[in-house]
Amino acid sequence: MSLTKTERTIIVSMWAKISTQADTIGTETLERLFLSHPQTKTYFPHFDLHPGSAQLRAHGSKVVAAVGDAVKSIDNIGGALSKLSELHAYILRVDPVNFKLLSHCLLVNLAARFPADFTAEAHAAWDKFLSVVSSVLTEKYR
Amino acid sequence: MGHFTEEDKATITSLWGKLNVEDAGGETLGRLLVVYPWTQRFFDSFGNLSSASAIMGNPKVKAHGKKVLTSLGDAIKNLDDLKGTFAQLSELHCDKLHVDPENFRLLGNVLVTVLAIHFGKEFTPEVQASWQKMVTGVASALSSRYH
Repeated sequence: MSLTKTERTIIVSMWAKISTQADTIGTETLERLFLSHPQTKTYFPHFDLHPGSAQLRAHGSKVVAAVGDAVKSIDNIGGALSKLSELHAYILRVDPVNFKLLSHCLLVNLAARFPADFTAEAHAAWDKFLSVVSSVLTEKYR
Repeated sequence: MGHFTEEDKATITSLWGKLNVEDAGGETLGRLLVVYPWTQRFFDSFGNLSSASAIMGNPKVKAHGKKVLTSLGDAIKNLDDLKGTFAQLSELHCDKLHVDPENFRLLGNVLVTVLAIHFGKEFTPEVQASWQKMVTGVASALSSRYH
């Protein structure tokens, strides 16, 4: 599965808007994930997960920054996220099902913040893009 | 399946009350067919589904979307017995429509996204969580009679 030119254009142009709110988007995405899918908290026993916690904010920023890296290298997401892919495969070992959950929560967050931009076409492009990112992050699992 | 708190029920009911079910239905089903094109397999008789705009403007998609979401509205009045409410529809989706239950999960998440677009800031993480419970419960109830 690879992104069409049109899909890439949609992602890159929306990212320009999104990146101005990157940190809050990251934090809120994680909040949504933990509230909607509480089982995902099992990967963070070492975190203070109260809304607004410093750890949540730091981690949210990290996650969104990584998505940003994928956007900036949208023609070579595998290359851009190679180190992260190894991290997830050998150290973090997050079950692959959770990438769908996180992707959905990020999508919902973007939809709520940018309703006018989130047309059916944009929705499809983002869902596909995040699916590609998820594939890259799990491609070294076995 | 999941247990709905009084707060969940209040959240779900109040948001539903502010929704134009007809518009939201067409939007939700349309987006399902656009974002996950393989779901078009169930709708060969719907005519032109050749592009995002064709799908979103298709009158059969809108009509069917309205039907689906109206049925969800019935469920909202019976959150404590989703299995009972959807028993017959479950049999229908298995025996006559032959729909893989994975499609219920996909549709549920598309609905959540449509609600986010519609309600924006009001669709807080807490509100989303209640609605995720709702769509999970519906998907589960709709697949409960599968055999």
